[in-house]
Amino acid sequence: METASLWELVGFGPLGWGGQFARGLLLTLEIAVASYALGFGFGLLGAWAKLGRRRWLRLLGETYTVVVRALPELLLLLVLYYTGTAALTGLLEAVGLGPGIEISPFAAAVTALGFILGAYMTEVLRGAILAVPPGQMEAAKALGLHRGHAFRLVLLPQMLRYALPGLSNLWLNITKDAALVAVLGGMSELLSTGKNAAGYTKHYLFFFGVTAGLFLAITLVSMVGLGLLERRLARGLRRA
Amino acid sequence: MLDWLSFLVFAVMPGLLAAVPVTLALTGAAGAIGNALAVPLALARVSRNPLLRLPAYLYITLLRGTPLLVQIYLIYYGIGQLLPGTWVRHSFLWPYLRDGFWYAVFALSLNTAAYSGEILRAAIQAVPRGEIEAARSLGLPDRLILRFVTLPRALGICLPAMSGECILLLKSTSLASTITVMDVLGRAQYIRTQSLHTYEPLLGAALIYIALVFILTRILNRLERHFRPELRAA
Repeated sequence: METASLWELVGFGPLGWGGQFARGLLLTLEIAVASYALGFGFGLLGAWAKLGRRRWLRLLGETYTVVVRALPELLLLLVLYYTGTAALTGLLEAVGLGPGIEISPFAAAVTALGFILGAYMTEVLRGAILAVPPGQMEAAKALGLHRGHAFRLVLLPQMLRYALPGLSNLWLNITKDAALVAVLGGMSELLSTGKNAAGYTKHYLFFFGVTAGLFLAITLVSMVGLGLLERRLARGLRRA
Repeated sequence: MLDWLSFLVFAVMPGLLAAVPVTLALTGAAGAIGNALAVPLALARVSRNPLLRLPAYLYITLLRGTPLLVQIYLIYYGIGQLLPGTWVRHSFLWPYLRDGFWYAVFALSLNTAAYSGEILRAAIQAVPRGEIEAARSLGLPDRLILRFVTLPRALGICLPAMSGECILLLKSTSLASTITVMDVLGRAQYIRTQSLHTYEPLLGAALIYIALVFILTRILNRLERHFRPELRAA
């Protein structure tokens, strides 16, 4: 076997892993974005349940946030990945879609990560909703706004400003938690790619270093972007 | 019907409970080393000397900007790749250095030091200026101000955040299972692959982690009340 320089190994040439790493980076970003969107949905549902008047819903929301946040992410990911896949496959068979349909690892992993993130999201959104002065929603009601409109036009834009620091943190968390997917196997996202490259070439330090560097790049670019977003959402507000 | 329950209680739980000391040892060792490192790190971070401040800032950014799992792999496989060719291979340290446990402790310590260091940095900057000025006007030298005023006050301020970090550390020790450490999750994964029962081992591990987090939270709350007497009156 001819020996390649480290530079060639990480490039896009015939010996290089550059292409794989680019695809891995893209897949990790896709996992993060999809999980984040799903987590936001779970978070809204959770916040709605916890702030609602129905006791059993409040209890359900409370159980969701307490249990999920008490468990290690990796353990929950494994539990949800295995049970979720089995349950969904069973469900699809029950409604007659037959055994032909398989849940893709991507969908299962994203569902699991989104469900976990949703518990943290619930707390962020709940706090943000409580921070909006109650007079705002009362005014919306007095104007005769439909509940959906009041939520979309009055509550959401104001609470997002309060929620943004928390939401930014959770985005940075999910980009890192997306690495846990490597433990499940079956997907060539960033860390799995790094593991493969390292195991194949025996350049462990180098390739895990490259992997870490790419994750760091995601974080740094995100931080710049989130900083700009925060400034934009704060426009029209007086600086303290 | 109750087969899975008896399997959980009699076959799975004893093995998982036997692994609890490993999880606690990981948490304790990484917590002690990590928090010890956090103090100089935070002090370097607020230093006026850029030769101290910038490396500390770089360290914290690197460690907080990359996934812990990547750090664990980097340290376990990376250092594992370097060591066999050196004198360490034949030294008394080798038996320890073949074991995933110490790599996990190392990685967790470095990681938690970055997070705790940043918490402590924020707390140091939150100490009311007047208290430091008062200490200075009493003629205390800077060294003593740091020891008797700034640090104790900062520790009190950041205690709630540090408790949170402790819980996060306990949870992240489960990542050690990916480098063959037989902690609670590692044992659960082992039982899972050996017995072909998917759910019971993971469910058992979940119950144990919930119990551990609950107990640790109670202990930390009590510590908090002890170190912040101003809260006790309420």
